[in-house]
Amino acid sequence: MKTLQLNSITNFKFQTMKTMKTMKTMKNISFYALLSIAMLGCSDDDTPEVVNEEELITTVILTLTPESGDQVVLTTVDLDGDGPDEPVTTVSGSFSENTQYQGAVRFLNETETPAEEITDEVVEEADEHQVFYTISEGLNIQTQYEDQDSQGNPLGVQITLSTGLASEGSLTVTLRHEPVKPNDGLDSAGGETDISTSFDVSIQ
Amino acid sequence: MRLLALLLLLFSSVHSFAQDCNNTLNGTLLDIHDGSVLTGATIVVAQTGVGFQTDLDGNFTINFLCNSTYQLQVSHPSCSTKIFTVVIQDDTQKTFKLEHHLESLNEIIVNGKKTNRATKSIYENLVDQQTITTFSSGSLGDALNSISGVSSLNTGNTVVKPMINGLHSSRVLIINNGVQMQDQEWGAEHAPSIDINAVGSLKVIKGAGALQYGGNAIGGVIIASAPKVPLLDSLYGKTILSGSSNGLGGVVSSSLTKSYQNGLHASIQGSLKRYGDFNAPNYNLSNTGVFERNISAKIGFNRIDYGVEAYYSLFKNEIGILRASHIGGAEDQVQAILSPTPSIIEDFTYNIDAPRQEVMHHLARIKGFKDIENIGRISLQYDYQQNNRLEFDIRRGSNSGRASVDLVLDTQTLTIDVATDISEKLTAKFGVVGSLQTNYANPETGVRRLIPDYDKYSFAGFASGDYTINQKWVLEAGFRFDYTHMNVFKFYRRSFWEDRGYDNQFSNLVVEEYGNQLLVNPKLDFYNPSFTIGAKFSFGLYKLFTNYSLSSRAPNASEQFSEGLHHSASRIELGDLQFGSEIAHKVSVTLQQKGERFDFTIMPYSNSIDNFILIEPTGIRQTIRGNFQVWEYRQTQAQMYGLDLDASLSLSDNMRFVHQFSLVKGYDKTSNEPLISMPAASTLNSLVYTNPNFKNLSISVQSNYVFRQNEFPNTNFEVTILDTKQTIDISTPPAGYHLLHLNITAAINPDMQVGLYANNLLNTSYRNYLNRLRYYADDVGRNITLQLKYNY
Repeated sequence: MKTLQLNSITNFKFQTMKTMKTMKTMKNISFYALLSIAMLGCSDDDTPEVVNEEELITTVILTLTPESGDQVVLTTVDLDGDGPDEPVTTVSGSFSENTQYQGAVRFLNETETPAEEITDEVVEEADEHQVFYTISEGLNIQTQYEDQDSQGNPLGVQITLSTGLASEGSLTVTLRHEPVKPNDGLDSAGGETDISTSFDVSIQ
Repeated sequence: MRLLALLLLLFSSVHSFAQDCNNTLNGTLLDIHDGSVLTGATIVVAQTGVGFQTDLDGNFTINFLCNSTYQLQVSHPSCSTKIFTVVIQDDTQKTFKLEHHLESLNEIIVNGKKTNRATKSIYENLVDQQTITTFSSGSLGDALNSISGVSSLNTGNTVVKPMINGLHSSRVLIINNGVQMQDQEWGAEHAPSIDINAVGSLKVIKGAGALQYGGNAIGGVIIASAPKVPLLDSLYGKTILSGSSNGLGGVVSSSLTKSYQNGLHASIQGSLKRYGDFNAPNYNLSNTGVFERNISAKIGFNRIDYGVEAYYSLFKNEIGILRASHIGGAEDQVQAILSPTPSIIEDFTYNIDAPRQEVMHHLARIKGFKDIENIGRISLQYDYQQNNRLEFDIRRGSNSGRASVDLVLDTQTLTIDVATDISEKLTAKFGVVGSLQTNYANPETGVRRLIPDYDKYSFAGFASGDYTINQKWVLEAGFRFDYTHMNVFKFYRRSFWEDRGYDNQFSNLVVEEYGNQLLVNPKLDFYNPSFTIGAKFSFGLYKLFTNYSLSSRAPNASEQFSEGLHHSASRIELGDLQFGSEIAHKVSVTLQQKGERFDFTIMPYSNSIDNFILIEPTGIRQTIRGNFQVWEYRQTQAQMYGLDLDASLSLSDNMRFVHQFSLVKGYDKTSNEPLISMPAASTLNSLVYTNPNFKNLSISVQSNYVFRQNEFPNTNFEVTILDTKQTIDISTPPAGYHLLHLNITAAINPDMQVGLYANNLLNTSYRNYLNRLRYYADDVGRNITLQLKYNY
């Protein structure tokens, strides 16, 4: 009877040892497995490549040239795109009364050197673009499109701007990508606004 | 065969009978998978040929045994017969386990030995195979929507992101075949990369109690599992074919499984889904088509006490995003909101143009388990996932056709756990998880990275256990600890870096300067404990579940590092590098009644979240592209509570009335404002007629009423457009709506089932508060789907 008891004790001991052994093996397995995962993960510390926004338009320059007299240049520059810095708008001078100006608008990405001429892309894809010129009430200015896309619809990179009597107000330049063409103006054009910038101008 | 074995045994064992033969063997017979007792099993002592039966508790007693070795042949109607060798020394008590296999084999992903449930004290909602089949032509999110308290955040009708009790994205864990999906879940317009046709069963745990899956499930856990494979020599499969009137497309899905009685099994499954533009009642929703291709394969060897299984799936999806939703800033937003119809409506087409998403998700898993005496079941799982997300915007010139977002997220995880029965009443489970995640944002897009490059290392340990006090009470508790280290490389705009004052606080993190951008290398550590405790009380027809869970979640990459224009939301989103973890305290109670004619489940809950991360508008930013609203992430104290109700009343043998009601309220305690994007109260009432005697016919008429959301923060803003001040109303929720659905299914023959599903039968025009495209277009109109399911 005694031997039997002893037997069962050793048996028990043996089992605990077995258990401990298995647990130890498990611990080892888990350690090595986690280690191997950690090693797999040690990626090289190469720093990532900088991305300069390629389609970003940082600059709009609208140059208005009369047959005689001073040019008026309207410029907006926003170098940080949708970053917190506000765009900087400059108006070189005032318009003259009852004068016709030849207008040309340029869109640039000045984060690249040399600056990328986005205007070329707009002209190339004239069917998918339109520049709108919106004049605030009371400002005696009229604009007329001087260029067309392949479908005969206006594009707006080249315009004629005619002034009337002395007045003040704002002139807004809007570039829409993929608008509905033809349209009756901004409200019905839809599409995505790529540029929308306002200039406070005056006619003297 | 069985007889032969018995005869062999009889002849092979001629033992001494001349000893002390007065021993008793008290045995209990259990199912090896769920530990349930096996009643009515037959035990034959091979040496004597005498048979015994197990009683209602699975017990049996054999008297007058000698000190010797016996062979017992144990058989049960739904198990394969097994022979056990028992050494008898004095009176002996022993538990025998049989494999319950004629029904179905427990999938090996479920480690809980005694149970298939992931938690004991939280009620778990299930979507069965039959219901999943009815959503074959939809998505995972659509199927989950059929559960009370589960809603979805949609982008159109094809990107359906599940929401549990008002929470979504990183707060909801999705477990696909035992693997936590890592698919850039932070994006509100990213749907889970899971093929609904590969799912055998869906389970929703509305809480963080299932700690083996993660401690950060502030919203809850969704568990999708492949169909179980029976332990039989068999070759079977099924094919589902469906065609829909809306989107003029359909789904083909097929699966084939070969299984052997010895435990070897292999399955392969694939599906193809193709739709063109969907349509709202009054117009075509241009560019909303879908093209989805999936394949999955599984091979395994599963025995009673050990098993190994390998699984691979590929999910590939191409989704068109409503063309009219691609707009610029505030000026375009005004037009879109004021216009009753989308600004761009074209003829129906199957083409998917920009804006569109292309998602590819690979998932590979290998898992094994072994039952070790005195320890329990040890399981080891390694999984690898790769999620590649491409987003295409409408771009100019040479960039058109080039992705604007190109992210590759690689994740590998190793899990080791042990499930053990410490005693008859006490079971425990513990384990460790290690994972490595790398996010790579391809610079070739020519667009600044939406999510920065990072490496994330996480390690976790968990332990949980449950104690069955008696037939009425079960107690449960668990603990988990997660450590996360993130090594991030982020390019900040210099203007933003300085605007936030990071140049003073974190100048040491700057690695390099590139003109107006700075490369910054934050290294972040998060320590997240989580804890759960609960009880289940059963009395009569009722069960009462109560649970308290503390869960904590480290902020995700989007909450920390967003910094720029979010195109699809037409707003500027700003994250915060300094966020700490969210900590949630959720208390849930569920009362369930299962009666003969009337069943109900009522689930009230309260979820109080510290450091809740939300995004809200803080101002207007003027850019060269016009005005954009700025939304900034912020941490606050949130309080949510709600109620989910399910009831079912059988009106006659064939008629049943089913009712569902869900309500959730959420508040920002700091500002005392309601939380944004909380699902509106909704109710679903159906009348179901079933006739098993006639073609297994089932007809159900479903009425779904979604109330108007009356509580919302005012996020409207004013901008001056062309000299006129305009208010842009982006916050007012749309009106409530009622939809009527009709589902008819019948079996032409036992292997062939036909289904006719009519959604939005009355072709109602409506907009859903939780659809991100609600500003631009109505939701989809009537859709009639004809489905054929063939089993072979």
